[in-house]
Amino acid sequence: MSDLLLTPEHRYAKIIESRRNEDGSELSILNLGPTHPATHGIFQNILLMDGERILDAEPTIGYIHRAFEKIAENRAFYQINVLTDRMNYCSSPINNMAWWMTVEKLLNIEVPKRAQYLRVIVMELARIADHIICNSILGVDTGAYTGFLYVFQFREKIYEIYEEICGARLTTNMGRIGGFEREWSEEAFKKLNAFLDEFPAVWKEFENLFERNRIFIDRTVNVGPISAERAMQYGFTGPNLRAAGIDYDVRKAAPYSSYEDFEFDIPVGQSGDTYDRFCVRNAEVWESLSIIRQALAKLPEGPYHADVPDYYLPPKEDVYHNMESLIYHFKIVMGEVPVPVEEIYHSVEAGNGELGFYLIADGSRTPYRLKFRRPCYIYYQAYPEMIKGAMLSDAIVILSSLNVIAGELDA
Amino acid sequence: MALETVHIQEKLTQQFGENVFRFEMQRDIFSFEANASIIHAVIQFLKEEEELNFHFLTDLAAVHYPDNDADHQFAVVYQLHNWVENTRIRVRAYLNENPVIDTITDLFLSANWMEREAFDFYGVDFKGHPQLKRILNMDEMESFPLRKEFPMEDGGRTDKDDRFFGRTTVNC
Repeated sequence: MSDLLLTPEHRYAKIIESRRNEDGSELSILNLGPTHPATHGIFQNILLMDGERILDAEPTIGYIHRAFEKIAENRAFYQINVLTDRMNYCSSPINNMAWWMTVEKLLNIEVPKRAQYLRVIVMELARIADHIICNSILGVDTGAYTGFLYVFQFREKIYEIYEEICGARLTTNMGRIGGFEREWSEEAFKKLNAFLDEFPAVWKEFENLFERNRIFIDRTVNVGPISAERAMQYGFTGPNLRAAGIDYDVRKAAPYSSYEDFEFDIPVGQSGDTYDRFCVRNAEVWESLSIIRQALAKLPEGPYHADVPDYYLPPKEDVYHNMESLIYHFKIVMGEVPVPVEEIYHSVEAGNGELGFYLIADGSRTPYRLKFRRPCYIYYQAYPEMIKGAMLSDAIVILSSLNVIAGELDA
Repeated sequence: MALETVHIQEKLTQQFGENVFRFEMQRDIFSFEANASIIHAVIQFLKEEEELNFHFLTDLAAVHYPDNDADHQFAVVYQLHNWVENTRIRVRAYLNENPVIDTITDLFLSANWMEREAFDFYGVDFKGHPQLKRILNMDEMESFPLRKEFPMEDGGRTDKDDRFFGRTTVNC
């Protein structure tokens, strides 16, 4: 049996033993996680240490695995949305919209322009919220608490906007097949505009706190670098890939939800180290703000959902007074809607990269198979390689800069 | 010059003859089936042939088809992406009830955990994989939970039977 199949503890114990006999060196095993205040989520890594330097690492994942793919095989299409919330819970609206777009692609539903623009706005808000968390927590891990406390109130403001749109904050369950569940309120737009007015100055200040900060630069430059070639081999997507210098972005490569209508750049880094990842996310926030402004300026009038009575729930008052609405309501709730037999892959640019849904529909009310392409899961396997030779404290910083979200990692 | 599907098909059939078949457009993704025995060569060809250049492994999914015939019990679906031409391709290989297939971890490092996941949930044995052990489930587990023989709900429950909703095998 190959040593790699052993549990990491046993494997490292063997290595320690042989190294002791070989040159008398005293290596040790460190169990980092699964619950450790520095790892922001449930990540366990068994580390083989030489003093404070990491020789080898093996992540043990699956602590919050909830078998979403199995559950999805037993649920009607509209019920799967709540599962997607709980994957990357730092930017759940992106996951929600990605799921609706997958279903709409399967059912050939054309979503009205207004709904598409509103989706773009909420997805970009979610991206900003995601990057706020990642970058400010990276700050905390390098010893700067101030930036975190400062920008976190703006994540709160984004959550208040979500609340106006859908009533929920963290796990949003936003939208329906074909659009949104209701028109955005006046209050939502008011809060959105207030956010757009106040946030840029704060984000500028946040950037100034870090980007030329000696301590921050010392802690991040050349820490956990990955070359473009390696990143591609490891299946990196999103900001982590772009930090290595490849300008792959699903919003440009395969525009969805009218992204082709907006002008924006794809920020890229060079060395793929922690500092570059930080800067790429910072720059992406500016692009997101610009996209939101463009979408608001061009926001067309019109319906907020597609006219698809087979899939879109009728208004509740009609259900009580109108026979046809009652029938549709019943059919949708029982999951009894016509579905073609097809295979669909749809992907969006989520906060961490390409979030894809591979959906095999067999014509029944549930997917036959639904595979989530979760960006975190795929790039987290590069983590041991990235921290090899680094100090323990750097391992923490690298983990935060990758923005691995436990919910998405384990699904 | 965009990468034409006809061109891809020509190249593949030239190289592999009858081992690659059922070329079709599945909505926006060109897809085909390959014999499981040559899957490594097919993926390698797609990746390394200069014009095709499918250099990025987007996704790897296993699927269980208990109702199929004996040779088509499992499928492993590979989705590759050529970023330069912005073309995707889907390759599918069917396996029998003892699913064994060659690993592609030597071609794509990202395939490591994807294959471990497929092993963990479907029991697909990837020959040559350096570390084929469970990844999301616990090591002591013996079954492969995403196989269709494990129902999520109580099997005795009849209120969700398709027949009660006017659905038969004919009309769906």
